[in-house]
Amino acid sequence: MSSTVTDTHTATEQHEHHVLKPEHSNLGLLRPDHSKSVIVDWLTTVDHKKIGIMYGALALFFFLVGGIEALIIRAQLFVPENTLISAQTYNQMFTMHGTTMIFLAVMPLSSAFFNFLVPLQIGARDVAFPRLNTFSLWTFVAGAFILNVSWLFQAAHALGWFTPSGATAGMTDMAPAGGWFGYAPLNSASFTGIGTDFWVLGLQILGVASLAASMNFIVTIINMRAPGMKMMRMPVFTWMTLVTSLLIVFAFPAITIALAELMFDRNFGTNFFRVSEGGQPILWQHLFWVFGHPEVYILILPAMGIVSEILPTFSKKPLFGYAIVVFSGAVIGFLGFAVWSHHMFTTGLGKVATAAFSLLTMAIAVPTGVKIFNWIGTLWGGHVRFTAPMIFSLGFVWMFMMGGFSGIMHSSAPADAQQQDSYFVIAHFHYVLIGGAVLALIAGIYFWLPKIFGKMWKGTLSNWVALVIVVGLNVTFFPMHFLGLIGMPRRTHTYLSGFGWDGYNMVCTIGAFTLAFGILLFLIDIYRCLKHGEPAGNDPWDARTLEWSTSSPVKVYNFARTPVIAARDALWEHKYGAENRKISYEKTDGHGIHMPSQSWFPLIASIGFVFIGLGMTLRQAGVHIAQFTNGAGEQVTIGMGYLAILGLIVLSTGIALWALEGPGGYHLHPEEDDQS
Amino acid sequence: MSDTATASNQDSHHGLVENNKKLLMWLFLGSDCMFFGTLIATHLIYRKLYPEAYDPTTVFDLELTSFSTFILLMSSFLMALAVSAMHKGQMKSFRRNVIGVIFFGLIFLGCQVYEFTEFVHLDLTIQTATFGSTFFVMTGTHGVHVAIGVFWLICMYFYSHTGKMDPHESAVDVEVAGLYWHFVDIVWIIIFTVVYLIEFIGKT
Repeated sequence: MSSTVTDTHTATEQHEHHVLKPEHSNLGLLRPDHSKSVIVDWLTTVDHKKIGIMYGALALFFFLVGGIEALIIRAQLFVPENTLISAQTYNQMFTMHGTTMIFLAVMPLSSAFFNFLVPLQIGARDVAFPRLNTFSLWTFVAGAFILNVSWLFQAAHALGWFTPSGATAGMTDMAPAGGWFGYAPLNSASFTGIGTDFWVLGLQILGVASLAASMNFIVTIINMRAPGMKMMRMPVFTWMTLVTSLLIVFAFPAITIALAELMFDRNFGTNFFRVSEGGQPILWQHLFWVFGHPEVYILILPAMGIVSEILPTFSKKPLFGYAIVVFSGAVIGFLGFAVWSHHMFTTGLGKVATAAFSLLTMAIAVPTGVKIFNWIGTLWGGHVRFTAPMIFSLGFVWMFMMGGFSGIMHSSAPADAQQQDSYFVIAHFHYVLIGGAVLALIAGIYFWLPKIFGKMWKGTLSNWVALVIVVGLNVTFFPMHFLGLIGMPRRTHTYLSGFGWDGYNMVCTIGAFTLAFGILLFLIDIYRCLKHGEPAGNDPWDARTLEWSTSSPVKVYNFARTPVIAARDALWEHKYGAENRKISYEKTDGHGIHMPSQSWFPLIASIGFVFIGLGMTLRQAGVHIAQFTNGAGEQVTIGMGYLAILGLIVLSTGIALWALEGPGGYHLHPEEDDQS
Repeated sequence: MSDTATASNQDSHHGLVENNKKLLMWLFLGSDCMFFGTLIATHLIYRKLYPEAYDPTTVFDLELTSFSTFILLMSSFLMALAVSAMHKGQMKSFRRNVIGVIFFGLIFLGCQVYEFTEFVHLDLTIQTATFGSTFFVMTGTHGVHVAIGVFWLICMYFYSHTGKMDPHESAVDVEVAGLYWHFVDIVWIIIFTVVYLIEFIGKT
């Protein structure tokens, strides 16, 4: 039952370990199931909950890395004509700050929630393709590695241990330095070194991870719902996962091809973006933003989903206008594909195109505004409880709205022509991304961590976390509106005194360190919760959706018996609703619960990507594996291209063996009285 | 490829709209549409921008490409027969047809390799203006798709000899491979039309 904690957990676990032995796969190899080694267990896991936890931990790690890069940027801009870091290092800092925060922090943190929550919210035992999910995780790790390993080469270059030759001879940037949108022709081999190659390969690998994960989630949400969990009964977070995944499936190909074309330009001398041979840099901008604008919604829609779960829970009311919130989320996703050129108003698109994209951009504010009104409608007349998740969610609504307002200002092309490439834009998207996405994700962590680890938060430190983060956010980014309007351009590594920028910059930097202090407090709060937290129980917040009906932490099989859903807000109706709206449970068939087997092959296939990435990048730096004189006295060079080919072989072999080993599986037998 | 947690979880899940693997393949194909759409768009944009820069009718061999297009179309027909045979549980007929698909796929690839070599001899390389870049990367990407399909079907052919292939369970795997194969075929028909045929309007 949902409200009582049944303590058969230990008994079940003993049962598992005594009875279950790993089996042989179709290839005759032993499957890594029931491993005594914790490391083997986590490396080969197919459990969506463990995968979600790993995504979350990695995302928080990269959130700190990106944060440190931001602090270095702000420290450099603290005073005019500062010489803390060089112009090139500054370029690398803002490039990697943006790339890391978007692809390695916010997206995987959303992905952590998708993984952990979606199967629980729809009453499934796992995602549709558990091994593909593992593959997505490790491919993400491979991409993150390729992006960040560039720092090691930069350090080696600084120490004089590594000098590129070949195609990028003479270049000094080993870490990406072209900005997170890497405009052509700056990204060509004539202007940037292997940093750009690391960036290209890293993003392509991350794209594979995102695509595989998204397709998996769409299939899961459409096919794996528990009986009675109709589409319009799904929690809004699951809905937003579906919309986000569809955005990824259709938006990522554009950047993948753009990156592939760039890779061919840099590696094989093609002319896609080579101006001297007729290549058009504007093509890069179009392809990038056809992906780049949906990407913005890929970052914010999961956050909207999280907030749409938290506000009703702590207002003791159903979400106001559920259907219209879902519908406006879908409309945002749809319109998100039709507004990309508002990033390019100053490129001379022509009057008609500019007017059309201007109008569409204004139109997309409508469904966003509808959501805001629905959230306020949810709060209206509710019994509001100011818990930590609620405080952050309220902060989200407020701060995201401010980012939205400056966004509408950008939709007007003449105004945008003034704001383009100024600090005003920086202020806008940090309000949307920190005030929006990050606040909501922190709210999500406060909300679901008790479910994930079964520990409850301690004390009221969370209030201070919220206060310091929101104050830090506003002190950092509000002055940037003014900085932009009085003309400070973005991406300048230093500035002269006497433009009236000095004071604002100083305030921004102080704000940035305040924000960082807030994040530090947040990490301390997480540590206290995990270390000293009291057992949370199944449903510590008196929540509404299905995931709170299971035990905390959730057992490996999620639901001992499949729930049958009779209404939206299933658990809430179960606790307080009419008799015919309660959750019922299917009878067990006596064969036990079928669990998917763990596997090494997704991990092995992902390792292929590391070789491909390193091979393709170091090839550009003229590095070779071996050089010798053969019998005929000829000089033979084995270049890094061979490492890339080896990577392809590892990847395809891994996938082929993964297909041939068969899905396997074993059965668990939870105790009879252990209902959910 | 054949990740069948599907089957394992089906006992407890209902309201299946479409088989998991088939839905996954449809999503992949939707995504792949965007891949090829981007490549073909790039090609057409540069063709329109620089109509005089390169005249491909001087190198295109329409007879050869028509032949390889026909071969690829017929391979799709055999693929459909293979899928149907698997559904009926006729393993022998399945193998015969899959061998046919593999053979035709290899002929197509052979034609493409021959064509590429010829073009390079005629001084059309991947570095020739924007035309060479867009043409080779686009048709090359398509060729890689065909090659992956051939590799997949070869694996499937040998797997059918291990005795582990059960017509009832594997029919959907074959169908998924068929979806992929038909899609790659359709993409080629688009490329053949907008990249090859269009160039000859008013030329012959």
